[in-house]
Amino acid sequence: MSRFLSLAEAVEETIRDGDSVAMEGFTHLIPSAAGHEIIRQRKRNLTLIKMTPDIIYDQLIGMGCASRLVFSWGGNPGVGSLHRLRDAVENGWPCPLAIEEHSHAAMANAYEAGAAGLPCAIFRGYIGVDLPKVNPRIKQVTCPFTGEVLAAVPAHRPDVAVIHALKADRAGNVLLEGIVGVQKEAVLAAKRSIVTVEEIVEDFGTRSFNAVILPNWTIGAIVAVPGGAYPSYAQGYYKRDNAFYIAWDMIARERESFLAWMKSNVLDKGPEVFAEERRRLSLAAAGE
Amino acid sequence: MPENYTSNEIMTIAAARALRNNDVCFVGIGMPSAASNLARLTHAPDITLIYESGTIATRPDVLPLSIGDGELCETALTTTPVVEMFRYWLQAGRMTVGFLGGAQIDRFANLNTTVVGSYDKPKVRLPGGGGAPEIASACGEIFIIMAQSKRAFADKLDFVTSMGHGEGGDHRARLGLKTKGPTKLITDLCVFEPNPVTKEMIVSSIHPGVTRDQIAASTGWTVRFAANIAETPPPGSRELQVLRELHARTARAHGG
Repeated sequence: MSRFLSLAEAVEETIRDGDSVAMEGFTHLIPSAAGHEIIRQRKRNLTLIKMTPDIIYDQLIGMGCASRLVFSWGGNPGVGSLHRLRDAVENGWPCPLAIEEHSHAAMANAYEAGAAGLPCAIFRGYIGVDLPKVNPRIKQVTCPFTGEVLAAVPAHRPDVAVIHALKADRAGNVLLEGIVGVQKEAVLAAKRSIVTVEEIVEDFGTRSFNAVILPNWTIGAIVAVPGGAYPSYAQGYYKRDNAFYIAWDMIARERESFLAWMKSNVLDKGPEVFAEERRRLSLAAAGE
Repeated sequence: MPENYTSNEIMTIAAARALRNNDVCFVGIGMPSAASNLARLTHAPDITLIYESGTIATRPDVLPLSIGDGELCETALTTTPVVEMFRYWLQAGRMTVGFLGGAQIDRFANLNTTVVGSYDKPKVRLPGGGGAPEIASACGEIFIIMAQSKRAFADKLDFVTSMGHGEGGDHRARLGLKTKGPTKLITDLCVFEPNPVTKEMIVSSIHPGVTRDQIAASTGWTVRFAANIAETPPPGSRELQVLRELHARTARAHGG
């Protein structure tokens, strides 16, 4: 049953050193504030799982929280490289990072299999490409009915899923809409979970009959962190700060500028900075 | 004529022209997205554009920076979960065309977006494949848009991220693929199409003012030219105007 906690409590109680952690969000609703808290609590030796690692994993990797990354596209979307990810893979800084690389289709299927309680995912993929040669967890199975050879990957069963959603109600149910990515699958596949939300409401009221809702008994901790997806976005609350994604390229390019930024914006701060960013974006939008 | 336009503009415009009004197009981010939306805003108003974030029949007013900007969701007919996008829509073969870019390409239009150098000790770690490996096999055909250089148009790829025509000939068919693979490669200098038998990408159309020597000097393999080579029609004034307005709106919106 979900419990309302502070961000520090939720991370402390839910994530242990050495855990596999899936912090999902497909460009939309990336749980940035939770990532910062993991960095502040100096969690170590994590296996990070995510289709699109994004800035949040660049930060976790650059701050030495991860020893392994399971992913399918590791760039700064529309901008270029994730420099901290590259530095870890190419130079082992600040610590070596093992990678397990997949395609998006494989990752999405692996989450679905995890949510479905299956041991593996089966799909038509990886045809004529090199990833199966470097990733021993990509295998083949033959359809017992047609003889078609299909790709198989193990289900994702992370220790912890961390997502950011739009709202929770007082009973601890969670709602998300818009680009919903693989968040529902990640939470259902995981043993434990943290959900940060833009706001806690009395009840959801009128809503689409098909809104994505995770019932309270499927969730661990819930934390209200307004703006908690920044610089990603929350549909209906604030837009993606594309200018920051572009600026991140320069911040993260060198180790020194990255560490300085992390100190003044993460280590020396708390989750309240996300509410300030949300306010700033709302004011800017109102002025348009 | 020739009007003032950049090599980047004619590349995007030539790529947009390849799309048809009844296409269902799986759109990659970056240049494929610019070309696909230019097509939608000019000759193909009914085209269905789909992004891997789950947005179906999206009509963004500005180009998204990421594959999942809110603009894509807000202007889409519907938005599906990502699992559903890859299973029901892509894997099931509902896309007539997939539009991709890449970091490196070879003569059979295989793409590398994974590593330069060895996989275990890469010289350059690129972002990886994302949706591309399955887009390249599941869409009816593939268009690729890439600016040409000797480094990008490589004699041999360090890594095959997504399959084009593999080793050439009937390689795709031998692997059980029924889709066509890359049928057009649009660059800043010319357009390549596969030889029907060998499947090597050969130059079928040269952009105005570009020479064969220029193309050869920007290609890492010995480039071949079709017997009946065409000249790419120059950008029309409306194509240029719509493309420039789209880029200007986008730059304002991203505030970068």
